[in-house]
Amino acid sequence: MAEIRVEVNGTVRRSAVEPRLTLADYLRVDCQLTGTHLGCEHGVCGACTVLVDGAAVRACLVFAVQADGAEVTTIEGIAPDGELSAVQTAFREHHGLQCGFCTPGFVVSATAFLRDNPSPTDDQIRDAMAGNLCRCTGYQGILNAVRAAAQSSQERGNDDRAS
Amino acid sequence: MKPARFDYHAPVSVEETVALLASLGEDAKVIAGGQSLVPMLALRLAVFDHLVDVGRVARLRGVERRDGSVWIGAGTTQAAVERSGDIAELVPLLARATPLIGHFQIRNRGTIGGSLAHADAAAEYPAVALTLDAELEAVSPTGRRTVPAAEFFTGLWSTALAADELLTGVTFPVWRGRSGFAVEEFARRRRDFAIAGAAVAVELDDDDRVTRCGIGLFGLGPTPARAHAVEKELAGRHVTEIVAEDIGHSAMSGLESVPTDQNGPASYRRRVGAAMVARAWRRAVEEAGNG
Repeated sequence: MAEIRVEVNGTVRRSAVEPRLTLADYLRVDCQLTGTHLGCEHGVCGACTVLVDGAAVRACLVFAVQADGAEVTTIEGIAPDGELSAVQTAFREHHGLQCGFCTPGFVVSATAFLRDNPSPTDDQIRDAMAGNLCRCTGYQGILNAVRAAAQSSQERGNDDRAS
Repeated sequence: MKPARFDYHAPVSVEETVALLASLGEDAKVIAGGQSLVPMLALRLAVFDHLVDVGRVARLRGVERRDGSVWIGAGTTQAAVERSGDIAELVPLLARATPLIGHFQIRNRGTIGGSLAHADAAAEYPAVALTLDAELEAVSPTGRRTVPAAEFFTGLWSTALAADELLTGVTFPVWRGRSGFAVEEFARRRRDFAIAGAAVAVELDDDDRVTRCGIGLFGLGPTPARAHAVEKELAGRHVTEIVAEDIGHSAMSGLESVPTDQNGPASYRRRVGAAMVARAWRRAVEEAGNG
């Protein structure tokens, strides 16, 4: 077992983990944060996407021991309790989800993408979202949601500057 | 937990890493970003008793401008390569290949050294290293050596690295003058492994004659390949005499082990490969001509 210290959604956790425990399993089982979903478990579907030190990564392709000392943000930490982030609101308003299984991964990926690319073209959105698979909603609603989230964030930014 | 049990080692220096590799032998595997290795472990296509994580070796990360070349630490992430202004300016072929690797979430973890040492035949970085005659730097407990890219890729997922050697960096030469660079690849789904791809670097003289060129191929055999015969034939010729489609077809003629798989037969891959070479050639020549 290895001792690790990870800050998850602002809370420092110290745990003893087996080296082969993935960060995804650590979050779901040890931290009881089951919003991080596991689809393929070998880096194809993107359902388990989380932020590690701000960078979107597939939690099934990182061992928990490798995250020792890191700050991790899961879907549970994307917005304060009881509130929705701009990306989450846009997914709800634009039919960006149906069954919801892939949604945590899409929301975390989109959040990181829009932080680094606040006014993307549709082609850039498609490229950035290509690493997450959806099997039921359809990608058009997801594309619309990410585009709307970018626009709403920009409008908010403009309002802030105006006030 | 899907991978089999392993012992985990997290050295903080190159010396400590190679000492571990030497003592653990063939039962150990280096893990960097893990974006190729962890899927193989999860599917149990690979099993190792020891993983040596080089993610905490600071000396493996960074980009340095050197005299006529650029050194990139093996542990530098693909995302860092993508963001590097020095690489965009001095090694444009590498910069343009980078966004084609996996997805941005993969590039946040995946490293240049990991990609080169993993040596997937359909991967972009090995082909770019081969096209530009990059030099790979390896350290073992007995010392340091430099391996030309042409000697590094020895077979399917196989390299010239010994079990106790660590890839520490890669040096790319800087092409000055009127040069142009392009990477083209084709995959059915965006950012999947390419069915076939080509990397082209070309330099022209003031009369638009080819002074030198490199044509690298990926996805078209067990290792990346160079179309040496075609490159030789092109040297000294005027660009207006060169038909891009002809180069594409010629580049395929020297290939002996084009794979047949779920994507289609070898004949299909050759047609895709020829088209990618032609596209990359046209774009590279256009850029060089504007220089």
